[in-house]
Amino acid sequence: MMAEHTLTVPLTKDIIVTLKAGDTVRLSGVVYTARDAAHKRLVDLIAEGKELPIPLEGQVIYYVGPAPTPPGKVIGSAGPTTSYRMDPYAPTLIEHGLRGMIGKGERTGQVVESMKKHGAVYFAATGGAAALISKSIHAVEIVAYEDLGAEAIRRLEVKDFPLIVAQDSHGGNVYREGQKAYAR
Amino acid sequence: MREIKASAITEAIARLSMEANYELEDDVQKSLEAAYEREESPAGKEVLRQILENSKIARTERMPICQDTGLAILFVEMGQDVHVVGGDFETAVDAGVRKGYTDGYLRKSVLADPVRGGNTGDNTPAIVHLRIVPGDKLAIYVVPKGGGSENMSKIAMMKPADGLEGVKRFVTESVRTASGNPCPPIVVGVGIGGSFERCAYLAKKALLRPIGSVHADPFYTDLEKELLMLVNDTGVGPMGLGGRVTALAVHVETAPRHIASFPVAVNMNCHAARHKYVEL
Repeated sequence: MMAEHTLTVPLTKDIIVTLKAGDTVRLSGVVYTARDAAHKRLVDLIAEGKELPIPLEGQVIYYVGPAPTPPGKVIGSAGPTTSYRMDPYAPTLIEHGLRGMIGKGERTGQVVESMKKHGAVYFAATGGAAALISKSIHAVEIVAYEDLGAEAIRRLEVKDFPLIVAQDSHGGNVYREGQKAYAR
Repeated sequence: MREIKASAITEAIARLSMEANYELEDDVQKSLEAAYEREESPAGKEVLRQILENSKIARTERMPICQDTGLAILFVEMGQDVHVVGGDFETAVDAGVRKGYTDGYLRKSVLADPVRGGNTGDNTPAIVHLRIVPGDKLAIYVVPKGGGSENMSKIAMMKPADGLEGVKRFVTESVRTASGNPCPPIVVGVGIGGSFERCAYLAKKALLRPIGSVHADPFYTDLEKELLMLVNDTGVGPMGLGGRVTALAVHVETAPRHIASFPVAVNMNCHAARHKYVEL
């Protein structure tokens, strides 16, 4: 049976283990944005033993590069980008305390192992529902890498961001299970 | 000879770039509404509900449907009796993209150098496919194309012996392995024949056709129907969460080929299958 959760970041390991693939989540609190280029910089900093521009412990990263903010709006359209491109970097961030990732499309290999080992979860947002998702974002601040434009790291305050637990910390995978159920 | 001002081309492309990103065309909108009715999976239905609500917000508030407002891809048919005046054609096109993407608050996603990077800052250059045709009209299709679906596209230089079954296998496997990444329900453009680059061009051009249109040759109309069924039977469903609607349409375009070659290309378009058209 799919459960419905209302969660607020930061997320503890105790919360993470209760989330099962297929559950729906309304997420509130702070999430940080990062995509390809920002991930590379974060992982390089970790390798050099330097301090990161954002906290990781208990945090959630949203894979998004928003459209420019039109006058009178908090943020432009801001839907998820495809997550597999962050797979080379995600395990390092999870080892350093990251508890949640938001994106679209399946994760594989090391990321899944790392989620199981350290207790992290992967949430799917609806790709292409970018104007709708922007309504869940109530404050935005660029906190690092402004030179990357749309790819800069932003601190977002979100309220009731609609998500699905796509892959959980026990190996549950909504893509595999869902597709199997509807294939003919 | 009919004269068309370069500035008129710039203005038209600026307007179409914005409209394409804010408003789904009727064919796509209606197809998504029908998909919502037909989808059996609860997760898939919820995704389609969000997609339809998003479309409404984007249209009303003039916000991009998707934050990835894409590469500006244009198909242009220029009458051979058209004379562009007051500037050159390519500069006019890029000026239109620059204006549309800047004034319309659309994302600039173009890196000037593919390896060394550096954002061009205005989403230029456009990618233009130009044909010279009879007449004195200028027909412009603006097709903003996102990276997520483009990345899942494939081309195969198959053996002629692979035949029709090979085509079906390749298209179906491409959609299955793409899973949720190209933002299903997708539109699948299939190119068969031609050369390596012509085949890829055909697959892209197939995406211009309105959903609901069929290939003029009944043999390929039947193939489109069968491919749509096979693709939907993968069970990938909306956003890959599992469901009965994986594709809204499969469009096939063909060209003569070399006796030794059998190229097949699959170009996928996300559910925000943006396309706008104007004739000057």
